[in-house]
Amino acid sequence: MEQSENNSAGKIIEKKISRRTLLGGAMAAAILPVTSSFAKYIQVGVPAIDDPTKKLGIPPGKLGKRSPFESPVRKASDISSRSPLQDFYSTITPSDLHFERHHAGIPNIAPDKYELLIHGMVERPMKFSLNDLKRFPSLTRTCFLECAGNFRTGKEAMTPQDILGLTSQSEWTGVMLSTLLREVGVNPKATWFLAEGGDASVMTRSIPLKKGIDDAFIAYGQNGEAIRPEQGYPARLLLPGWEGNTNVKWLRRIEISDQPYFTREETSKYTYPVKGKIRMFSFEMDARSIITFPSYPQKVERGWIEIRGIAWTGRGKIVQVDISTDAGKTWNAARLQEPVLDKAHTYFRYLWQWNGDETEILSRAVDETGYVQPTISQLVAARGNDLGGYHMNPVTSWQIKRDGSVLFKPENYK
Amino acid sequence: MNVKLHLNKKYVVVITGLIIIGVMTSEKRGYFSPGYGATTDTGKWPKSFGFGSTASPQDIVKLDIDVRPDGKGLPAGAGDAAQGKAIYVVKCAACHGATGLETPGIKLMGPALVSDTAAASKPKTIGNYWPYATTLFDYMRRTMPYTQPGSLTDNEVYSLTAFLLSANKIIRPETVLNAQNLWQIEMPAKKLFIVDDRKGGPEVK
Ligand code: HEC
Repeated sequence: MEQSENNSAGKIIEKKISRRTLLGGAMAAAILPVTSSFAKYIQVGVPAIDDPTKKLGIPPGKLGKRSPFESPVRKASDISSRSPLQDFYSTITPSDLHFERHHAGIPNIAPDKYELLIHGMVERPMKFSLNDLKRFPSLTRTCFLECAGNFRTGKEAMTPQDILGLTSQSEWTGVMLSTLLREVGVNPKATWFLAEGGDASVMTRSIPLKKGIDDAFIAYGQNGEAIRPEQGYPARLLLPGWEGNTNVKWLRRIEISDQPYFTREETSKYTYPVKGKIRMFSFEMDARSIITFPSYPQKVERGWIEIRGIAWTGRGKIVQVDISTDAGKTWNAARLQEPVLDKAHTYFRYLWQWNGDETEILSRAVDETGYVQPTISQLVAARGNDLGGYHMNPVTSWQIKRDGSVLFKPENYK
Repeated sequence: MNVKLHLNKKYVVVITGLIIIGVMTSEKRGYFSPGYGATTDTGKWPKSFGFGSTASPQDIVKLDIDVRPDGKGLPAGAGDAAQGKAIYVVKCAACHGATGLETPGIKLMGPALVSDTAAASKPKTIGNYWPYATTLFDYMRRTMPYTQPGSLTDNEVYSLTAFLLSANKIIRPETVLNAQNLWQIEMPAKKLFIVDDRKGGPEVK
């Protein structure tokens, strides 16, 4: 695939001829100075690297594509797909690599058939076409999305994608829900609303009206273009900082109410045991972080290593990320990439000189409320042994082996 | 506000700055308050932009399928466990098992729906984990059977609700469920549910 024609000496000659022909013979056939070290390679029979400065490139086209040398992919199961966190240099997730989680597949919704109904405790129930939504004053906001069940552990051979791939970040564009609520006139006694999706699960969640007024918005744009089908095309609810499931995709209906509905996704699912009780309406995503470099299955070399990763919190901004390179004994602050945004993935970097000894490296996020990302034992102490799988945000650690291999450190907590 | 944060000084300094920024932005963002928009270059926001149209009662009825714990939204109709069992065998058992119970060694496409005790046993099912019976009605009507979502009649949903609640030993097998009694069923797990009390800050919850 990667220019395999260069492997055959015959093809190389053929190319040189054609290039010479094209340039009208102005260029002499590859007569390389034998004194250069490059030429020595040639002499021992290794084919020359194709020189892009000596070959006319590909003309412009309608749709761009990734370099043939890069192939980041999601990892998909029947119900979700995970973002390749280890492949990202910064915090905007390319739209085609945004994680997915849906309950009954991706619906195919024609934009001209789309309608959002708002009714219930309002003066005037209304419906909005996609075009209506786009005519209102709009906003653009960068924020993360994360599935409430985003954490896997259990073996050493796990990548950041395997461990925490159910989070992604986009720059979303849409209309504030409060702008639409002005139009329908909300009854002052209302306290909750129900958000419903137009997919085959017709998924519903109850949301406190306060969130709807504070910063909820209905997004139709993602990273500058129309939102992707798997992200809720043509329009979805966005609740910055709140568990992914509440950000209802393919949003078709909002019902204003004075009580929650106790839907299946807020009772049977997205709830978890806490010391013999079951915690529900657990909306905010607490602060967490992960080192994405170095990580399994990469290998590091002794010497300078820039440790890199992302940290985020559903409660505002990340104020600090601490790094430990001695298995948690001492901690030092990483550099945060500016601008640090509210309820957004924040890229961090920490320069480290590895002396070649076996060790563990860890990251720990601190958010603006003073919350410090807990260890797994702190979570067990707070919630009891029967933790469930939701809202698990423990500090995670990578083992660096003497040979430079990097392995995840699974911590058993069940 | 800072007093509440039991932190070392380094954090507090940073946080003070952020809170001020936070207040400024949320004021600017007070879209819902009547004053919002007063400073845009085109002057005040109009009372209404006039985009969108009034939804008719028919528009609403078509989509408004939710059922609340207080019974609001329960449709006319009725059904009992015997009728429910007959429907279950045909439309549900393939994915949820012949009895709805978890069968060791058998991997089904759908989760277990029945547990033999109401105590906090595993797996988590309607009997030991669901706080409201209305949720069961609402969920089955909107999205089951998985491959034919929204295909059940209201009578079928009442019957299936009766069957699953009876199999979980929550109602007596002869109970006929309808809009008057379904929402009044007291679910064993209801008392276990507590509202999230995490609120940021130094305490891990
Ligand atoms: C093709 C397989 C399939 C069939 C047939 C099917 N289901 Fe399901 N069912 C599922 C799957 C898969 C889920 C989980 C969906 C999810 O988590 O989003 C589910 C979930 C459920 C749940 C929620 C369980 C929980 O613990 O949250 C109930 C209740 C349910 N089904 C009832 C029924 C009933 C009643 C029928 C028959 C009318 C039925 N199902 C038919 C596959 C099926």
